[in-house]
Amino acid sequence: MPKRVKSIVITGNGTNCEMEMAHACRLAGSDEVDIVHISMLLYGEKSLDDYHFLNLPGGFLDGDDLGSAKAGANRILHAKVKGKSEILYDQFTRFIAQGKLILGVCNGFQLLVKLGMLPGFDGDYRTQTVTLTFNDSGRFEDRWVYLWINHDSPCIFTRDIGELYLPVRHGEGKFITKDEDILERLHDSRQVPVHYSHHDYVDIAMDYPANPNGSIDGIAGICNSTGRIFGLMPHPEAYLHCTNHPRWTREKLPEEGMGLDIFRNAVDFVRRENI
Amino acid sequence: MADRIEIGFKEDIRDAHGEKIKKRIVEHLHITVASVKTIEVHTIEGNLTAEELAMAAAGPLSDPIIQGFSINSGLADRFDWLIEVGYRPGVTDNVGKTAKEAIELLLENPSDRLWGVYTSRQYVIEGPISREDAERIASSLLANDLIERSTIVDGKSWDKQKGMSPHVPRVIGEDHLVVEEIDLDVSDNILLNISSERVLALNLDEMKALRNYLRNETILEERKKMGLGEKMTDAELECLAQTWSEHCKHKIFNALITYEDERGLRRDVDSLFDSYIRRSTEEIRKSLGIHDWCLSVFVDNAGVVKFNDDYNLVFKVETHNSPSALDPYGGALTGIVGVNRDPFGTGRGARLIFNTDIFCFAPPTYDKPLPKRILHPRRIYEGVREGVEHGGNKSGIPTITGCIVFDERFLGKPLVYCGTGGIMPSVVNGVPAHTKEIFPGDAVIMAGGRIGKDGIHGATFSSEELHEGSPVTAVQIGDPITQKKMTDFLLIARDRGLYRCITDNGAGGLSSSVGETARLSGGCEIDLKKAPLKYPGLNPWEILISESQERMTLAVPPGKVDKFLELARMMGVEATVIGRYTDSGMFHILYGEKTVAYLKMDFLHSGVPQMRLSAKWSPPVHPEPDFPEPADMGQALKDMLSRLNICSKESVVRQYDHEVQGGSVIKPLVGTSNDGPSDAAVIRPVLDSFEGVVVAHGICPRYGDIDTYHMAACAIDEAIRNAIAVGGSLTHMAGLDNFCWCDPVQSEKTPDGAYKLAQLVRANEALYDYTSSYGVPCISGKDSMKNDYHIGNVKISIPPTLLFSTMGKIEDVRKTITMDAKNPGDLVYVMGETYPELGGSEWYAMHGYIGNQVPKVNAEKAKKMYTALHMAIQEGLVASCHDCSDGGLGVALAETAFAGGLGMAINCAHVPSSGIDRDDTLLFSESQSRFVVTIPPPAKEMFEALMEGAAFSHVGTVLSEGLLKIDGIRGTRIVEEDIGALKAAWQKPLDF
Repeated sequence: MPKRVKSIVITGNGTNCEMEMAHACRLAGSDEVDIVHISMLLYGEKSLDDYHFLNLPGGFLDGDDLGSAKAGANRILHAKVKGKSEILYDQFTRFIAQGKLILGVCNGFQLLVKLGMLPGFDGDYRTQTVTLTFNDSGRFEDRWVYLWINHDSPCIFTRDIGELYLPVRHGEGKFITKDEDILERLHDSRQVPVHYSHHDYVDIAMDYPANPNGSIDGIAGICNSTGRIFGLMPHPEAYLHCTNHPRWTREKLPEEGMGLDIFRNAVDFVRRENI
Repeated sequence: MADRIEIGFKEDIRDAHGEKIKKRIVEHLHITVASVKTIEVHTIEGNLTAEELAMAAAGPLSDPIIQGFSINSGLADRFDWLIEVGYRPGVTDNVGKTAKEAIELLLENPSDRLWGVYTSRQYVIEGPISREDAERIASSLLANDLIERSTIVDGKSWDKQKGMSPHVPRVIGEDHLVVEEIDLDVSDNILLNISSERVLALNLDEMKALRNYLRNETILEERKKMGLGEKMTDAELECLAQTWSEHCKHKIFNALITYEDERGLRRDVDSLFDSYIRRSTEEIRKSLGIHDWCLSVFVDNAGVVKFNDDYNLVFKVETHNSPSALDPYGGALTGIVGVNRDPFGTGRGARLIFNTDIFCFAPPTYDKPLPKRILHPRRIYEGVREGVEHGGNKSGIPTITGCIVFDERFLGKPLVYCGTGGIMPSVVNGVPAHTKEIFPGDAVIMAGGRIGKDGIHGATFSSEELHEGSPVTAVQIGDPITQKKMTDFLLIARDRGLYRCITDNGAGGLSSSVGETARLSGGCEIDLKKAPLKYPGLNPWEILISESQERMTLAVPPGKVDKFLELARMMGVEATVIGRYTDSGMFHILYGEKTVAYLKMDFLHSGVPQMRLSAKWSPPVHPEPDFPEPADMGQALKDMLSRLNICSKESVVRQYDHEVQGGSVIKPLVGTSNDGPSDAAVIRPVLDSFEGVVVAHGICPRYGDIDTYHMAACAIDEAIRNAIAVGGSLTHMAGLDNFCWCDPVQSEKTPDGAYKLAQLVRANEALYDYTSSYGVPCISGKDSMKNDYHIGNVKISIPPTLLFSTMGKIEDVRKTITMDAKNPGDLVYVMGETYPELGGSEWYAMHGYIGNQVPKVNAEKAKKMYTALHMAIQEGLVASCHDCSDGGLGVALAETAFAGGLGMAINCAHVPSSGIDRDDTLLFSESQSRFVVTIPPPAKEMFEALMEGAAFSHVGTVLSEGLLKIDGIRGTRIVEEDIGALKAAWQKPLDF
């Protein structure tokens, strides 16, 4: 019997892309998809242990009031699960240890980074080494970007994807590392699967607006060394159908949107590897 | 005691916010500074240890990769001036609230040692500027004195080691019960004094009605039993003033008006609302018979229509003008999160699926002296934009369409229209979701935020002009995350059937929300002492009418109260039982044991006397414009494209998330470079269906300078034709009317009130005529009647403005289209006839004229053409369609071309027209009901056959070469412009 894939999409406290993220998981073939409010995890009514694929959607956790996803990360690091002697973070580490998949988009990516889960060098998923900060433009922007995929990356999610055209919708998406060494290590270990690019997808974009936020080396997303944790600023769940594309009325496009493959790769991987 | 944690960027990290501020200092204030850096300050009130403070600073409060911090010393090093800006006591501090929650979590509930967190921001300035310059930067850019305080530090006297001493803006007050009693058995003059001193905004007739109520013996008997006397309590008086306010009761729209036309003929209009708006909707619904798709109109917080068998759509548009004049950011933020609660609180509650924003401002380039208390239009523009950005984006609701209208008369009060749409299942737990019910005995529960002094007198304040004494408490700052948490919770509670009535706390606060809903059971009894407060020190009347945001009022059956409260607790939302609904016929308010208000429900809701007003119409006559045709029509076209009312609004649009929720189909920016101006928005609210919603609007205040009848007709036509342009249809389209007027009540301070009221009557006549003709029923609406500024001898009144919004159903979103030219070789058509109608046009405005030939709408002809065009779009015959509005045909042609990245060759001699003898008239006339359409050549025959009977003509061809070539009516080439140059002219003015 083929593996039943169970996906969880966490919401609450300002998350707002949970519906389309859940829709993407369903379209990708996940057998069960639950949108779970974080309070249900904290009350012990739901547990990450029951799922294979964890989705952290975009939004404004706690309004991003202390910097994007900062207060959200603080909650996962310190909030206790009711009736159990654990904090929510323990469920995350267990999830990672079991080789399960985590996808963070936009605010979800910011959350992974500020928790220290990405890039997760040497199995350390608690120390922050990179960040996402205010766009060089100083403003929130909604615009579509071209993404060049590094096919040498271990990233499960971007396997066999040629290129991506997706919207960014953020004010804090500029990727920075703590120092040069971290940056070098990210590149050396191919932990940068997606870069901002131009419409021909041949080079890495450092110019605005192709690189919409001033990210170093055009980095749009990173993964951990196993490629099972992946975070990116652009929104794959925002392009699931051709009518989402800003120029669908003037270009011949496949019915299915480019973002769906990210989710399909995840669901297929869980099924194939029997995680 | 209090400590300060300061957080700033590390040396080599770019401070984008500081750079933005520096740019504004240089560009707006023309003060030269070398650099601006920002530092975030958290003032922590309590007794945390040094170690705990360090944990907080290094933990949730700062980002170790990019930031550093200091505790109880200065972080800023060398500088010339430092300006610190923080909130005044009681002003909503969202960041402070989040910081406090985060520290509580980090330190495991140190509630006895952590009392409060207050945030402020430092601007560290380098540059050779004077103290006066620094003061000017603080007052005209960084701090709004109404809600914020600023401190200026001279770099020369800076002691980094010592830093700044902590300042705690805590509200100081004690819980106390003060109920004042007001004697209304006084002379008429004193009654009027009471009304104005207490910001009641009630007129003499209304004050007399209150006096008479207390002269009734039976009523006095009953009051005695409750411990009340012959005087009115402050709570009662305030509650009546809110309920009877223009804002809540729409007294002008319900007045008995004697209207005199230009021939001196008089007639009575008994309620504009009943005679025109409601009547049209009722007639349309009747004619639809069993196919009537309106479900709940004019009765709830928003209108409800059917979407399909499974879902209903909900839509409401509100304005938040007066607060936005005083604090643009907070006013607009509150405007958007406030209107969110209208569809959310309709029926059993709706999930919110789109926002719309339409702003009317004075030009940001305004360079004359500013009247007292007025903020510079550029500051209003930036503040409102940012407020709506934070309100919309953080709520996760896409801002799908909007526009900005500029006119110098919006200096006194900007108009900030915010709209929100929602979707609800047609049936929830076995009951129709668009209905509400309450039974006696149901608990009254308040959920969401707490009550403070913010927003006191909002309803009455917005029913007045902006004056010297306009209350500061009317200003408030919304908190989108508290609201999001509340809506997340309530949608689950709805689906579990935990309540049977929901409504929002907006204008008038609890007095309105409970007062209104109590009509469903026939009374209520609530105890204000149970209501959770932000801080002590509120009198009962203040608790009753405070407009503190993010609160809903619910009716919960007694058996479900525990489950409701348990779910709220789990999801981190405060919910409190504050009383119960009754069938006593009384609005009974207590504070603990003591009754503070005891009013008959009938009197509260139906006691307000009808106003009697006079209106007199005399058509204005403006000088006929006299200027030669431009020698260079290409340059004239570029000048038109650079007009503020025509140019690109991309810089604003991009800062709004317009595609969250995943259903975006037609975006606000379209075309080959994603930057062309879309006519309307289309979304797919249910992701596994191709059924969609189209949303559009029309607004054209300039035509009102000639005749508001035609202004209203044009606004309605524009809203409809914008929806038609993307593929909408007239068969399932609802309308919303939002009137923003200047005071139309004749008085000493408004000597032209009768004329302004006549303008209102005429706009309503048009609303009836055109919504009926098009079969587009209004399902909800709102009016804001006192958009004047009056301080000293300066009076500024806005031009009468009607925003008409449409929401329609799209059967299949895959058949919708956009406005950009698609392929070289496609044929260009002009649909609809062009007349010499330049009155109130942008072309005349550019030459300093108004003129008299206002555009007129022929709904009968237009309806036929719209229906045929819709069929052509459905058949897939149309490649692009763009409506002609401000700037007419010339602008529409240019936009179609450059949005498509293609040229066009156009022959004006073929444009369907009548009575036109000048090329500038043909290109820039603003005749209504017209489109520029392109079709692929093979579609020609079928397209023309479908359009038979309509005025339309094949006028040219789409070119691969990027040139717009226009031949004039006499056959000579009048325009030959590079589309890149046209686009640059269009993009430049608001590109900041």
